[in-house]
Amino acid sequence: MIASTGMIFAVTGAVLFALGVAGVVLIDHLLRRILAFNLMGSGIFLILVGLAQRHDVPDPVPQAMVLTGIVVAVAATALALALVRKLHALSGRLTLPGDGE
Amino acid sequence: MTTNEWLPLAVLASSLLPGLLIFALPEDRFRLRTLLNLAGALAKVALVVALVAGVAAGERYGVRFAVLPGVDLAFKVDALGLLFMTLSTALWLLTTLYAIGYLEDAPHRSRFFGFFSLCVTATMGISMAANLFTFFIFYELLTLSTFPLVVHRGTPKAMRGGTIYLAYTLAGGTALLTGIVWLNHLLGHTEFADAGILATLGSEHAGSLKVIFVLLIAGVGVKAALFPLHGWLPQAMVAPAPVSALLHAVAVVKAGAFGIVRIVDEIYGPEFAQSLGLLQPLAVLAAITIVWGSCRALFQDDLKKRLAFSTVSQVSYITLGVAMFGPLGTIGGLVHLVHQGIMKITLFFCAGNYAETLGIHKVSEMNGVGRRMPLTTLAFSIGALGMMGVPLTAGAISKLWLSDGARAAGMEWAVWVLWTSSLLNAAYFLPILWRAWMRPVPVAWPEEHIPARGWRETALLLLLPPLFTAAATVAAGVFPDAAVTPLAWARLIAESEYLMRLAP
Amino acid sequence: MTAALTGLIVVPLAWATLAFLLGPGRGAVPAIVALGIQLGLAVNLAHGVAVEGTLVHPVGGWGAPLGIDLAVDGLSAAMLLLTQAIALPLAVYARAYFKADDPAGRHFWPLAGFLIAGLNALFLAADLFNLYVTLELVGLAAVGLVAAGGGAPQVAAALRYLFATLLGSGAYLLAVALVYGAYGTVSIATLLPLVTAEAPRLVWIAGALAGVGLALKTALFPFHFWLPPAHGSAPAPVSALLSALVVKASFYLILRLWLGPFAPLAAVADWLPATLGAAAIFWGSWQAIRAVKLKRLIAYSTVAQLGYLFLIFPLLAQTGALQAGIMQVFAHGLAKAGMFAAAGVMIKATGQDTVAGLAGVVERLPLTLFAFGLAGMTLMGLPPSSGFLAKWLLIEAALAQGAWVIAIVALAGGLLAAIYVFRVLRQAFLLAPAGGDVAPVPRTLEWTAFALSAASVLLGLRGVELMQLVGGGG
Repeated sequence: MIASTGMIFAVTGAVLFALGVAGVVLIDHLLRRILAFNLMGSGIFLILVGLAQRHDVPDPVPQAMVLTGIVVAVAATALALALVRKLHALSGRLTLPGDGE
Repeated sequence: MTTNEWLPLAVLASSLLPGLLIFALPEDRFRLRTLLNLAGALAKVALVVALVAGVAAGERYGVRFAVLPGVDLAFKVDALGLLFMTLSTALWLLTTLYAIGYLEDAPHRSRFFGFFSLCVTATMGISMAANLFTFFIFYELLTLSTFPLVVHRGTPKAMRGGTIYLAYTLAGGTALLTGIVWLNHLLGHTEFADAGILATLGSEHAGSLKVIFVLLIAGVGVKAALFPLHGWLPQAMVAPAPVSALLHAVAVVKAGAFGIVRIVDEIYGPEFAQSLGLLQPLAVLAAITIVWGSCRALFQDDLKKRLAFSTVSQVSYITLGVAMFGPLGTIGGLVHLVHQGIMKITLFFCAGNYAETLGIHKVSEMNGVGRRMPLTTLAFSIGALGMMGVPLTAGAISKLWLSDGARAAGMEWAVWVLWTSSLLNAAYFLPILWRAWMRPVPVAWPEEHIPARGWRETALLLLLPPLFTAAATVAAGVFPDAAVTPLAWARLIAESEYLMRLAP
Repeated sequence: MTAALTGLIVVPLAWATLAFLLGPGRGAVPAIVALGIQLGLAVNLAHGVAVEGTLVHPVGGWGAPLGIDLAVDGLSAAMLLLTQAIALPLAVYARAYFKADDPAGRHFWPLAGFLIAGLNALFLAADLFNLYVTLELVGLAAVGLVAAGGGAPQVAAALRYLFATLLGSGAYLLAVALVYGAYGTVSIATLLPLVTAEAPRLVWIAGALAGVGLALKTALFPFHFWLPPAHGSAPAPVSALLSALVVKASFYLILRLWLGPFAPLAAVADWLPATLGAAAIFWGSWQAIRAVKLKRLIAYSTVAQLGYLFLIFPLLAQTGALQAGIMQVFAHGLAKAGMFAAAGVMIKATGQDTVAGLAGVVERLPLTLFAFGLAGMTLMGLPPSSGFLAKWLLIEAALAQGAWVIAIVALAGGLLAAIYVFRVLRQAFLLAPAGGDVAPVPRTLEWTAFALSAASVLLGLRGVELMQLVGGGG
């Protein structure tokens, strides 16, 4: 059984994940979408951290996963930001154009 | 690899390799291209002659390659396949000569002859296929290699003809594939064997086998121009005359008919097919096609279209023969496979001659052409008389055996159909002959491209092939009982399908 | 064999780094040489697996659950073989394609190297989290390739792709977290006996999340929206890599999970992927038939062809279905790479990228058109191509299990593919308009396109070894 602190982490993580996904899908403004993606990632990391705290001795495996995940998220965010900057420089927009043929 | 194994592959290679080389040739290297073409054609003739001698002596030729676990690409050379192969090889040689003459100075000859060679390779593969899987592979290859030939001219009209051709043949191919996979699933293999392979299946599969039969026949029936799947053939007339000659006498249509023979005789077997009640409907369909094609031909003014509908009608003689239960009908169908090929190619060669020499495309333009081009018109007349079944021509032999077979199978109505067809053939060929020989020569021909030089009414390469095939038509009609005729061959095949000896 | 395993990951990382250090636009020759070596390693590995069976290698000597295991079986070996076999000709193609000052070519080599390293690592990963890492590496490299050197449309397409891929891997990572929460391990081998049909609800949610996330990355209908812009607007070598390999990576993962840890759960939903696959075939083909631009047509064709892969899921009880899927992966990979390569040549030559503008190409670029035709043959499933073998295996498996609908969908898909392939071929056979200018194109481009397309057809003549490799292992 997951301990109650773990449950809080888990539920919060799930809520953040859901909000993040909704944000990426529904929001138009690119910077906000990137923020939503980070929110989504944080949600997952929270769940993992919660999992690490289930037993008396903290479990290193989920913690390692969180660290790796943070690195990946940083890289992805950096790429996303660079692309948004480029798009803005080329077209002046901060939203994606509707996909024409 | 033993000789018996690589000979079939050599037959394929004799047109595949020159074809690939020709693709790479620049347009102006016509001597090299001609050399490659003729070398390939003659090599193939030599190989086929060797195979005929071998098979007659009882040799077995064949080779297999595993493609998937349990599924083989398999070749064999048997009497039935050899019949088709010999026809194709001989006519390919003639058509190549004719095409060289016809396409002189035409654009894109390397592309044309390249696909021409691929087309014949596919035909050889079809005739040597030892199972339906292999048959299907080369059958579709035939579709793919003939498409560029049909659209060769590149005009919007050619494109339309090509699109219709593709739509029909690809749809047919889909039906064929469905039947083959289903059959393979039921039986575990699809190998051709004398007198069929399905008798071992229990009667609970009878329903499935009937549906499979419909699928298979529909699949090959598209190329065989069986009603109502014949719509592509008149549209494909937009191709140059050598292509029409090849398609209609040698490769595509015959491949479809050959497929019907293989399926009825060597997958289902005549006895088994009869027991499932499949032969009668097939015969009826063939009969409808025969009459329908002839009727449509009556109303065509375009010469090639008239010949196209005539083909639709005539090829179904083969189907009718095979669908008559009994060896006599099968003999009639098989012998007509060869005879119709020779006669129809004569007619198409002549039609091409009229178009190339004088710009004649329509029957109404053919007044008096017999005086300007007597040799061509003589060949045309022989071919037409053969179509009508006039005695001393090849067509008469076929009609004789088919009528006998119909009576032996208890299908007297088929005899009436054959007679009606002969009358209709007369109705649409005799007026042409009358026009050509009897009507006065017009003031000017539509477009005289090739002036007459003495007795050479047109280019030699255009003139000689139809004369040769016309002579063959007469020879087959006059000497039917000689040992090396298509008739003797057809008897050999029918005997093995019905597992019996026929009275000589 | 261990050397081959690690070599396949280390070598591409090495030349990717080298290419980055050498500067923009350089690194082609090391890449081509190294890919040759990689291809040899992959062949060696496949042979080893065929003879000895599955191999597991703990990296650094630390095994699971704390360390990272690399494992190779028949399925992995086949995918590795395909990856190197496609990447090598495409590298040769790309070298000739990107001229010296082409902005798109500036960062191609390092990105391609990381992409290939990621793909190889993905096919060798033996635990769920490592799979996530490699999946992300592949995704980010792919996004970079789409955006590199392009204008606003390319960057927008790359961003759309990036968001889709991040959503997909995010869902997947959450699934991994949930699985860990339920079973305390992420090693696939350890999970296999633990997951049963009575798994807790968390595991079902994890399965669904992983399924949706990976379906998003594989562009399964209706998650395919990002693919046509991304594959359609990227430079030809990039489109080829993406369509042929990258989408297959997430499909491979779906297959692994479906056949492995999530097998007891999967039986419930196996008609769902097939239904979506069928929808993908029809929708993708319809859009391809209507497409105005050539590369957009080919990209929609990818959407349709990916649908075939999902038709096998209800049939996986029989080995024939898995073999059909892998044959289709190979067939489509080789053919699509060849087709994009051919399209790249035609676009370069005619200076425009619409289908209508291809009139007369048959005279100017016969070899390229032939390559396009051969690739089209494979996509249509016409013999004697590998696409035909895939179709044969699929229909046979469908009939063996009475799944008529699947057989009909597969056959109909072939006819639809014929429509859009012949659209292009017919246009090319038309007489060229007078005055149409055709720029000269390096022969290398034509020959590599031809090599890829011809390979897809030649595989159709001999599928026995590949099928045994996959049927035996996996």
